[in-house]
Amino acid sequence: MASIEFNNVVKRYGSGKKTNQVIHGVTAEVKDGEFVVIVGPSGCGKSTLLRMVAGLEEISGGTISIGGRVVNELEPARRDIAMVFQNYALYPHMSVFDNMAYGLKIKKVPEAEIRARVDKAAQILELGSFLQRKPRELSGGQRQRVAMGRAIVRQPQVFLFDEPLSNLDAKLRAQTRLEIEKLHRDLGITSLFVTHDQVEAMTLAERMIVMNAGRMEQFGTPEEVYHRPQTTFVASFIGSPPMNLLQKAPGIPEGRILGVRPEHLRAVGTDGWRMRVETIEMLGAERLVYGWLGGDAEGQGGEWAILRMHETEAPPELGQTLLVAPLEDRVHWFDAATGLRAEA
Amino acid sequence: MMVERRPVLDFVAHAVLIVGVCIIAFPVYLAFVASTQTAAQIASSHPMSLIPGDNVVHSYRLALWGGKVEGGGTIAPGWPMLWVSFVTAMVIAIGKIAISMLSAFAIVYFRFPFRGLVFWMIFITLMLPVEVRIGPTYEVVSNLKMLNSYAGLTVPLIASATATFLFRQFFLTVPDELAEAARIDGAGPMRFFKDILLPLSRTSMAALFVIQFIYGWNQYLWPLIVTTSEDMYPIVLGIKRAIFGEIYVEWNVVMATAILAMIPPALVVVLMQKWFVKGLVDTEK
Repeated sequence: MASIEFNNVVKRYGSGKKTNQVIHGVTAEVKDGEFVVIVGPSGCGKSTLLRMVAGLEEISGGTISIGGRVVNELEPARRDIAMVFQNYALYPHMSVFDNMAYGLKIKKVPEAEIRARVDKAAQILELGSFLQRKPRELSGGQRQRVAMGRAIVRQPQVFLFDEPLSNLDAKLRAQTRLEIEKLHRDLGITSLFVTHDQVEAMTLAERMIVMNAGRMEQFGTPEEVYHRPQTTFVASFIGSPPMNLLQKAPGIPEGRILGVRPEHLRAVGTDGWRMRVETIEMLGAERLVYGWLGGDAEGQGGEWAILRMHETEAPPELGQTLLVAPLEDRVHWFDAATGLRAEA
Repeated sequence: MMVERRPVLDFVAHAVLIVGVCIIAFPVYLAFVASTQTAAQIASSHPMSLIPGDNVVHSYRLALWGGKVEGGGTIAPGWPMLWVSFVTAMVIAIGKIAISMLSAFAIVYFRFPFRGLVFWMIFITLMLPVEVRIGPTYEVVSNLKMLNSYAGLTVPLIASATATFLFRQFFLTVPDELAEAARIDGAGPMRFFKDILLPLSRTSMAALFVIQFIYGWNQYLWPLIVTTSEDMYPIVLGIKRAIFGEIYVEWNVVMATAILAMIPPALVVVLMQKWFVKGLVDTEK
């Protein structure tokens, strides 16, 4: 097992005037045995970062260390990592057993030990009865498990997951998520998991890296990221529906942004901001109320805001003007110029 | 696929197919019938009888082992020529597959200077058939003292832009992740080629083998130029020689030789048909 250290990691494509920099100096330390999720919108560089750890992309600047050893110049096979790909990348002509055993055969692990390791992985992943099948005879979920099995038998220091759940349907995704979590609890191997799905990120991560446009916006536990977002990007990216970011409502000083999550905005009897209701979505346990906050009686000049109501609360009517106020201790302040978290 | 029940269309379709089969099969049948008669029977009957005669054994024995005929001429034995043709076609087919697979592998999976240029040079040679460059090729082969040898018969025909291009297109459809997974598993480039690409290309290889075997077997112009000694003549040349330059053509033997010359390529097609079709239509990766 090992820690992973990113030290001012930079990735550039091309050279000279056509240089396109996609990672702008990421510095972070993933502790030994930790499960860290890298989350961000598509194109933010999260996969690139993972592929640099794997050795599939060259590192243009800075260093990446695994277990205290700088791996910049090491071939992927010598980094002691295992990777699970989005489309699983199983060898189509090999049986499940051979798929899992291939890396070990190349490493010249003795036949008996290969068999033992594969059998053990197959047992953990409940693949025992599929060992002689070809990948095309398996369902998506089973292929996914074979891909994980291939990673497990290598007994690596680090697991790398590149959006491994995105090809599964919703139900299977939730189930596999739990399996990955259990696997990590049982094996305790340092893991990096890339996803664009914040539910995956929040549920799986011990700590999570939120990335945007090639920069690390925040690195913290899901609790920290949710309760103390460090930038307006993190505030609006994590949480669904996104946090309301208000600038014009009464009481907000110049140059400041007030952030409040829809679930922390309340309809109150008196002494609140006016919010004209435009749309209501019924989600079952709760309602999402969309409308203009502030502005005149028609909502003109207001800011678009979302309010989350429990289904037991009486629903407002369309066109109605509510009085709303944030929960005192759930308010976030940001600097309007930099987007960074500021204290009130 | 269109699946419709229309008796009239069915009838028309079958009629067209039957006519097509007749047009293609009739000359083959004619050759077979001729090979079963005696030379005298063929020469004296106009038109030739379409009913097989009883001279089969004699015609085919002459075609295979050679010998004297009544007319006074000598027939050269056919089996050494069949052997030359077979070796030539095998070397060309296997050589083409080996070389073009490796060059396609280099072009698709490696980044080296002038990669694009190399690819386009190979691609451009697609437009030059053997006949166009036959003069300079002959010069080279002759300077290398490869006339009248298997090397002379095969080497100039082995390089193949078509096959390289075909394998390139196939390799481009193999997902990048497979190569990456193999790298993480510790497989070097040649190991990846051998363990992953080669097995995945089996059907394409089979299809190409069929095409290239027939291409090699049917070579006429090039062997005509590079072979002058009789023991290096392929069967196609043998047939030609049995027709031209003889005072009295033993048509039954010529036709028997033609039928014999048809068998190996036909066998290759029949035996590899399943793979061949799979290789041309298979999209499952």
